[in-house]
Amino acid sequence: MTEDIRAIIKEHGRLAVDVKTLKDDADLYAAGLTSHASVNLMLALESKFDVEFPERMLKRKSFESVAAIHAAIAELLKEKG
Amino acid sequence: MLGRRLDLIEKARAIGQSVAGPNAGAVDKDGRFPAESIAALKDAKLLSAFVPTKYGGEGCSVGDLLSICHALGQHCSASAMVFAMHQIQVACAVRHAGSSAYFADYQRELVKQQWLLASATSEAGIGGDARSSSCAVEQSGQSLALTKNATTISYGAHADGILATARRNPDAPASDQVLVALHKKDYALERTSNWDTLGMRGTCSNGFLLKAKGTMDQVLPLPYGDISAHTMLPVSHLTWAALWLGIATDAVSRARSFIRTEARKKPGSVPAGAVRLAEVVNMLQLMKANVVACAEHYQAIADQPEALTAIGVAIELNNLKAGTSQMALQVVHHAMLICGIHGYKNDTKFSVGRHLRDLHSTVLMVNNDRLFGITASLLLVHKEDTTL
Ligand SMILES: Cc1cc2nc3c(=O)[nH]c(=O)nc-3n(C[C@H](O)[C@H](O)[C@H](O)COP(=O)(O)OP(=O)(O)OC[C@H]3O[C@@H](n4cnc5c(N)ncnc54)[C@H](O)[C@@H]3O)c2cc1C
Repeated sequence: MTEDIRAIIKEHGRLAVDVKTLKDDADLYAAGLTSHASVNLMLALESKFDVEFPERMLKRKSFESVAAIHAAIAELLKEKG
Repeated sequence: MLGRRLDLIEKARAIGQSVAGPNAGAVDKDGRFPAESIAALKDAKLLSAFVPTKYGGEGCSVGDLLSICHALGQHCSASAMVFAMHQIQVACAVRHAGSSAYFADYQRELVKQQWLLASATSEAGIGGDARSSSCAVEQSGQSLALTKNATTISYGAHADGILATARRNPDAPASDQVLVALHKKDYALERTSNWDTLGMRGTCSNGFLLKAKGTMDQVLPLPYGDISAHTMLPVSHLTWAALWLGIATDAVSRARSFIRTEARKKPGSVPAGAVRLAEVVNMLQLMKANVVACAEHYQAIADQPEALTAIGVAIELNNLKAGTSQMALQVVHHAMLICGIHGYKNDTKFSVGRHLRDLHSTVLMVNNDRLFGITASLLLVHKEDTTL
């Protein structure tokens, strides 16, 4: 799943650096993620994993790193069963 | 009432009535800084009202600041806007000082010296997008240098300090910003543009090339993205909305006294504009309810960093700014129709031309189209609140 997430970040995150150079816990906002780009990222993630982010996840922290995104998606997939 | 510190609010009201109001016409006409009002606010120690009591301030709430902005806005828009913009900077320094010894001292000095703080977020080539910078902090050891081509720094020439946004370092992306608190002695300002505008003339918001030197401890510890979401954006939209409501309230007060004068001339008959006045008072009530609700919501979550970055909160605060600016303009437009030629003339007690001109700035200072654009994109993932 991490590879899929990284591919989506690469395509939609509009980061200033290659996501490959970032560790899983690196701060994506410091790497140039804007709130506008994070919306596109969310939409792409929803489409790829067939989930919908509930309101409680729509905050800065949920998308601050590859690891945070991974945790959010894993939680939603688990809820879906 | 939103503000609880009636002592402070009463002082502001008195300054509005006896100092800001009587000078508002000249401040507007000559496009000059409202020096008398700001001096009176300094004398009353209101510039440090938000600083915690442990540093010598009044430790007032955001709600108190809004009541003060609202009180000043009823007398002089420029004085109210200068006060609001100053308090936005103070709120960032107070709320995000962290454990920094430098910013603890900064707050003590702010109280003692009654510094007036200005803001340099806008930058040439970037427009109104406060979340992007092109200039960068250049560090060498513990020293820093910063050069910013700032398109608009309100009262820049009259301030004792400026808080400027910049990229964290020359290699950082445009959105990885910090906020630097610069003192007057740290910088030179070279004026790059005039401020001969339709309204808000007394804010003296010229463009400046800012060239500063300082030390790294002048950089607020938290990334600007967080400062913006936790404090700068909410407190900006709230204080602005409160003072715009104040301007609209004064226009309605003029329209109401016009109607009353008419009614006295012909007792027994309801003046022609009375129904329009009823409509306008309805709009004023909606605006006020919106300001109060947003302020109470913000105050309830102000110390919960995560809750403050929720998309729903960003939408609520953008709507407050965009909605209040549009409605305030409509209200004053109606007030002018009610007062007729007496409202249109600049020299009657029913004049509302200045109110109207000042309020035209509201839709531009962070352009509403930009805000609606941001909200439109957030709505692609946000779900509406179905509770009451
Ligand atoms: C009274 C006053 C005081 C101010 N004081 C200060 C100050 O002290 N410090 C400071 O830093 N700045 C200050 N500003 C500047 C302010 O914060 C903005 O930077 C400025 O108003 C933006 O001007 P702009 O029209 O060039 O930029 P933009 O917001 O970039 O707008 C430019 C044009 O593009 C359009 N546009 C932009 N983005 C979008 C979008 N996403 N969707 C659709 N259309 C868009 C707008 O309609 C507009 O016509 C002040 C402004 C005013 C009016």
